[in-house]
Amino acid sequence: MDLIRLTNVKKTYNTGVTAIQDLNLSIGKGEFVFIIGSTGCGKSTLIKMLYREEKPTAGQIIVGGIDVGRLRNRKVYKIRRKIGVVFQDFKLLPKSTVYENVAFALEIFGLPKEEIHAKVVKVLELVGLKHKIKSYPAQLSGGEQQRVAIARAIVNGPKLLICDEPTGNLDAKTSMGIMEVLNEINKLGTTIIMVTHDINIVKKMNKRVIVLDSGRVLKDYEEGTYK
Amino acid sequence: MKTFRIIGRNFRDAFKGVFRNFSLSLASISCITITLIVVAISIILSYNVNNFTELVEKDVTIVAFIDNDLTEEEIDTIKDEISVIDHVDTYEFTSKDDITTDMRESSDVFDSVMKNWSDEENPIQNTYQVKVDDIEYIEGVAKQIEKIDGITLVKYGEGIVEQLISTFSLIHTISLGAVVALILVTAFLISNTIKITISSRQREISIMRLIGASNLNIRIPFIIEGLLLGALGSIIPIIITIYGYETLYSSFNGQLFSPFIKLIPPTPFVYLTSLVLLGIGILVGMFGSWRAVRKHLKI
Ligand SMILES: Nc1ncnc2c1ncn2[C@@H]1O[C@H](COP(=O)(O)OP(=O)(O)OP(=O)(O)O)[C@@H](O)[C@H]1O
Ligand SMILES: [Mg+2]
Repeated sequence: MDLIRLTNVKKTYNTGVTAIQDLNLSIGKGEFVFIIGSTGCGKSTLIKMLYREEKPTAGQIIVGGIDVGRLRNRKVYKIRRKIGVVFQDFKLLPKSTVYENVAFALEIFGLPKEEIHAKVVKVLELVGLKHKIKSYPAQLSGGEQQRVAIARAIVNGPKLLICDEPTGNLDAKTSMGIMEVLNEINKLGTTIIMVTHDINIVKKMNKRVIVLDSGRVLKDYEEGTYK
Repeated sequence: MKTFRIIGRNFRDAFKGVFRNFSLSLASISCITITLIVVAISIILSYNVNNFTELVEKDVTIVAFIDNDLTEEEIDTIKDEISVIDHVDTYEFTSKDDITTDMRESSDVFDSVMKNWSDEENPIQNTYQVKVDDIEYIEGVAKQIEKIDGITLVKYGEGIVEQLISTFSLIHTISLGAVVALILVTAFLISNTIKITISSRQREISIMRLIGASNLNIRIPFIIEGLLLGALGSIIPIIITIYGYETLYSSFNGQLFSPFIKLIPPTPFVYLTSLVLLGIGILVGMFGSWRAVRKHLKI
């Protein structure tokens, strides 16, 4: 079964701009998908609708069995708990340590301290940042900060990890490091959708690639066919 | 267990929040402190004034002097006539012998003067002491008693008493009004101060939302923070209330101007007032936070 299915989705912002139209798409469990396309073609709008930051104007969006478009405002947390999100600007809490930034996501749910500690250490190990556990975000490099953000996004064990230009602020070498981490997470079973402008990364990774243009799917390359 | 853990963490985070945003927290705390000090003064003032009024009212008595030529039956008839007057609460007969004994006991001078009088010569009169159920009607009641046959004279604290009591009731009303108005203003001020605190933490809230915090998850830490700000804001007013009032009480010896006007004893009055202050502080803080965070919960 598909993890994500979009049927005839349309999104018109209240400014009158139509960012997405006639969009049909399905993504299976465990896939690694790139979404590319020129600036303003609707990539961010598309993924924002997946975690219900934006609502579709028309059509249906199903994520993990939940009809996201029809979710009420106060129930939005239900979908958010199934999805991890990573941004270009990391979105870390500047006054909290690396540990606190990651543990934050678990504390809300009332997990016992020992369990939180074990999970946070494990996930920081996975992103290669165990030794910076007590640092503050400002004391880390951009790549390291992004790893913290990834750790926070996956510490709950979400089925889906959404990344909007996660390497947008990073140099080529650091970006490849992040890609290795994401690949690792994908191998552990998490579906990953990544928006990027970095064609080199897309070419190197050999994954499925969806090209958007003016809010429509222009091309959908299967794994290994994008050159 | 899970709920306790979440509440415990919220308290910890609320403490951290108070200290991390210390300058803004200080603004809220000072705001609550100032209001609560004025509220404390108003409470102390209005309760004392209320107390004075009750004391005065309780003490105001109409004394009706009875003609010494009357027989006992005639005196009893007067009692019946007094009892049917509207607003008469209690009436008590005091015989001239009782009054004489009282006076002789209280002063040597009286004692030596009165020793020489025979019963017939004694100029002191029998009296009825009448209390009214509401001080407002004292004048009317006094006039009616005066009309009764056999009453020679009626006395009560004419004028002064009424004036005193209407002044008290004015002070009481004004200070209560001030308390209510102040509490409303503070709730509004706190709400705005906390709003600034919260918009400076917009980022934190949006991250919380992003990682799947429910509205309650987001709201509770801020409400607890409001509670803490309220509690912290009430510390100084409580200290001022307890020590201030005790000092005031002992320096005035428990009375104002005359033994007639007694202050309320500090215990348990100051502790009850402190509890009220703490309660107001906490409620105002929580209400302010709740109001302020509401707008951030819409996507
Ligand atoms: N909140 C919004 N309100 C109104 N219009 C918006 C909003 N967000 C995006 N848009 C418009 O929708 C269109 C698509 O924007 P979107 O952010 O999805 O593009 P994008 O593909 O992510 O671009 P980029 O590669 O620059 O990030 C643009 O024309 C943009 O101006
Ligand atoms: Mg974008």
